[in-house]
Amino acid sequence: MKQFEPEIVAFCCHYCALAAADVAGKMEFQFPPNVRVIRVLCTGKVEVLHLLKALEAGADGVVVIGCKFGECYFKEGNYRAQKKVQRAQSLIGEAGFEQGRLRYDFVPGPGGKKFAAILTSMTEDIRSLGPNPLRP
Amino acid sequence: MIVGERKPFSEILSMVDNCSKILILGCGSCVTICMAGGEEEVKILGSQLRLAFRRNGKNVEVEEFMALRQCDDEYMDDPVLIEKVKEADIVVSMACGVGVQHASTFFNKIIDEGLVRVVPALNTTFMGANIGVGEWEERCVGCGDCVLEKTAGICPITRCAKSLLNGPCGGSFDGKCEISEDTECAWHLIIERLNALGELDRVRSVEPYKDWRPSHSGGLRKTVREDAKI
Repeated sequence: MKQFEPEIVAFCCHYCALAAADVAGKMEFQFPPNVRVIRVLCTGKVEVLHLLKALEAGADGVVVIGCKFGECYFKEGNYRAQKKVQRAQSLIGEAGFEQGRLRYDFVPGPGGKKFAAILTSMTEDIRSLGPNPLRP
Repeated sequence: MIVGERKPFSEILSMVDNCSKILILGCGSCVTICMAGGEEEVKILGSQLRLAFRRNGKNVEVEEFMALRQCDDEYMDDPVLIEKVKEADIVVSMACGVGVQHASTFFNKIIDEGLVRVVPALNTTFMGANIGVGEWEERCVGCGDCVLEKTAGICPITRCAKSLLNGPCGGSFDGKCEISEDTECAWHLIIERLNALGELDRVRSVEPYKDWRPSHSGGLRKTVREDAKI
């Protein structure tokens, strides 16, 4: 039987996660191919609705990757993002979804290895949860 | 403004059980400002309901619409909105209690009496002010007989736990009320401000008991402006 390959949406901060993605590519760190990277200027601008809509559209998991706490380019965007992910987790929990389908994480710009590790562990976690029941 | 909070999701879900077409109607006034029933909250509730229904294998259509003010005919008399209400099995209003009642009366009058079900998605909590980002606090109970001119613009009816007109009481300590360390003593604030204004004499005389007849205890209140009527 073919292994379930989760579709993951990753909202990546332009100043850290995206740079880390480049580093991961240059250093040839492997990470799962089914990740759709969406560049955002700051993770603080990712709204609760974006996370819910991604699940509605059939994504198996959504991860928001911002800067380390205290190192946000816009000072506090990553704190806002973390709070929004927490709120969205509670909203999808009420709707009968596993809260683990949403995650917030951080990575510094040169952290290619960590970037790959986040997406790999997310993929493994989502694989254990199974596909999004709304998947078309 | 009127402040509200969204009801628990399970309560909203139980109200729309057995419906196949739901219209979520937001309000663009007070509840938008207090982040309870504005456009974003309407979309979030819509998304959450769709997720829940589809998770349970139910085919339910969820529509979203915004009215600028649900407590006024002028903003509800929109042909697009009325068409959507006609098509829906139920209208989930994200307005305050005033908006929900007005929407229910308006739609049943315009469309057909008894045809439109309007249910609330919010609990209306109080009339208050925005005291910080994401924080609101009660400022008026609508007692119908304002005393703010005597109390330096701080309402003892609303902000004093005992609604005292002659305070502070013995439960005031270090500027805080005895009910909670987080609650400021309204009378402490009043005395401080009157002192700063040089109007402390105002509290030297005893205030007579309050006439509560204009308050809600006198029954349903109504205001009529004959000069404004056509």
